[in-house]
Amino acid sequence: MFGDYSLGDLGSIFVMQGFAGLILFSVYVLMALGLAIIFGQMGVINMAHGEFMILGAYVTWMTSNLFQAYLPSLFSGYFFLAMILAFVASGALGMLVEWALIRHLYKRPLDTLLATWGLSLMLQQAYRSVFGAREVGVELPQWMLGSLHVTDSIEVPINGVFVMCLTVLITISVAYVLYMSRWGRQVRAVVQNRIMAGAVGINTEKVDRYTFGLGCGIAGIAGSAFTMIGSTGPTSGQLYIVDTFLVVVFGGAASLLGTIASAFSISQTQSTLEFFMSGSMAKVLTLLAVVGILMLRPQGLFALKVRK
Amino acid sequence: MIITSRFFNRSELMGFIALAAVLFVILPLTLDVFRLNLVAKYLTYAFVALGLVLCWGYGGILSLGQGVFFGLGGYCMAMFLKLEASSVENTKIQSTPGIPDFMDWNQITSLPLFWQPFHSLAFTILAIILVPGLFALIIGTAMFKRRVGGTYFAIITQAVAAILTILIVGQQGYTGGINGMTDLRTLKGWDIRPDHAKIVLYFVEVVLLFACIGIAQFIRLTKLGRILVAMREQEDRVRFSGYSVANFKIFAFCMAAVFAAIGGATFALNVGFMSPSFVGIVPSIEMVIYTAVGGRMSIFGAIWGAILVNFAKTSLSESFPQLWLFGLGALFIAVVLAFPNGLSGLWADYVQPRIDRLFASRKAKPGWNDNSVADGAPAE
Repeated sequence: MFGDYSLGDLGSIFVMQGFAGLILFSVYVLMALGLAIIFGQMGVINMAHGEFMILGAYVTWMTSNLFQAYLPSLFSGYFFLAMILAFVASGALGMLVEWALIRHLYKRPLDTLLATWGLSLMLQQAYRSVFGAREVGVELPQWMLGSLHVTDSIEVPINGVFVMCLTVLITISVAYVLYMSRWGRQVRAVVQNRIMAGAVGINTEKVDRYTFGLGCGIAGIAGSAFTMIGSTGPTSGQLYIVDTFLVVVFGGAASLLGTIASAFSISQTQSTLEFFMSGSMAKVLTLLAVVGILMLRPQGLFALKVRK
Repeated sequence: MIITSRFFNRSELMGFIALAAVLFVILPLTLDVFRLNLVAKYLTYAFVALGLVLCWGYGGILSLGQGVFFGLGGYCMAMFLKLEASSVENTKIQSTPGIPDFMDWNQITSLPLFWQPFHSLAFTILAIILVPGLFALIIGTAMFKRRVGGTYFAIITQAVAAILTILIVGQQGYTGGINGMTDLRTLKGWDIRPDHAKIVLYFVEVVLLFACIGIAQFIRLTKLGRILVAMREQEDRVRFSGYSVANFKIFAFCMAAVFAAIGGATFALNVGFMSPSFVGIVPSIEMVIYTAVGGRMSIFGAIWGAILVNFAKTSLSESFPQLWLFGLGALFIAVVLAFPNGLSGLWADYVQPRIDRLFASRKAKPGWNDNSVADGAPAE
């Protein structure tokens, strides 16, 4: 498949597809960051994570519509507000879900999978009832469209670079919060030993709720980024949940660095392969490679241990 | 092998008789052929639920990829039927007669190599058992030998389901794509479409189901079944006692795969088509739901779960399409939160004691030998 292209062409193709894959990479990283916090730190398998992402996407869509209708002069900046709103909405829903559902199931991780799947079905139907079954698309402000010409054959989309920078920023803040702040220490203490953490005076219920909310909120931001690569429908989230879980597992569940590395390799492999073959075959090959590697190295790329 | 005194204890015997009476006598007498065919469709999922009882309820291995095996079994059967339906006489109008219609539409001019052996019914029946069995063996060996289990296993099986669906949809020329294999007509010259054929196929399926129930019950009662339960509760202790935990898990997983494949094959026969919409992530998880609703620890409970949930799905989605997903989601959450043992748990907690009391007062001699503990709640 590479034979038809010259070496220079191939270089350009890889670079262009690499930048085209940036948004996919960002969505993966943001989704997987949320999941890595929820799954890696709390041990909860949140199958409704895709629906939290889609909530963020719908919030972004609504914000863009609001700005178009009432504040057209500020339209170019709506995306920043939309992201904040998406974070707040998804995070709040996440905390509600934790209170109503998840906290009863911390001792039964496999059952969280079933219960959150039920939740995802209900959310999908709720989206369908509220927003309609048709997929909606978000209009981007002018400055995000277009691309930078680096050389004659290489163009870099601006929105990709923007989302990329944003992802880096969020990742760094999450890492800071988890590993440097007092609250992050509490989270890790609760994860390691819930009873002891409670005994030394940490309010474990509160920590759990905010951790889950943070994970879901980041998924909401992922939803904002998602509006740039696809149209938003009630079941769009479901398409991403398996990929995201694979990203988390492939990277090694408790490792943030591993999550980023695996999101990068998976999204770039898929994006590059898509140039040479059909989208579905690119996805099959990528997923097969991931599953194959996981069978040989079940602990993932960076994890210290997963044996149980 | 040690088998406890009787094959079924009394409550299981009652469950067996009740199920046999409903499936063999009551439903065929009361339902018209269309509804009976729907029941046949529900029962194909009962095979999957049966496998999940062994693998998930007893072995503690949650597989989210049962649709893969259901699909593999179904596609093996459908390939045989499709080849028979695409004889040269039937496909005269195609540019290449004698190959399935969807291949002709996708500009494929000769039968692919892996389709060739499906001209033989004997090979097809072997393939229905062996292809999913071997596939499960490969996945199971790769995972369990490295002591990957629990959530990781669930996620990887789910990924496998996703991969297979994308592959089937993408390779339209070889698999029929998103539409699947439709227009299946005859089995060895015997038309499977008219009403009397549907009734015969229904009974064949029920007999197969009871054969599988027998196998599952046999496994449950042998030492193997005890080891599975022990493994679920305390894997390390079983390992320290000298058992190869991985091999037992692989066995349970393969068994569940084979049951699911038989279900898939009967699906292709009874419903008359096979498509990727029965392979992917959503159907695979729904199959887990049936088992959870019926009761993951009870063979008969899981079968009732498959029948009842599907019945509810058909009737609800016919009349209130919007409510169905809400109902299904709420059912899922309720089963997990409130009754982890599903319908059979409710039965064992509320109905069974009354029946027992009834019998005990009649006999006036309480304290009969009871070995129904295995059906009770799994220790959390």
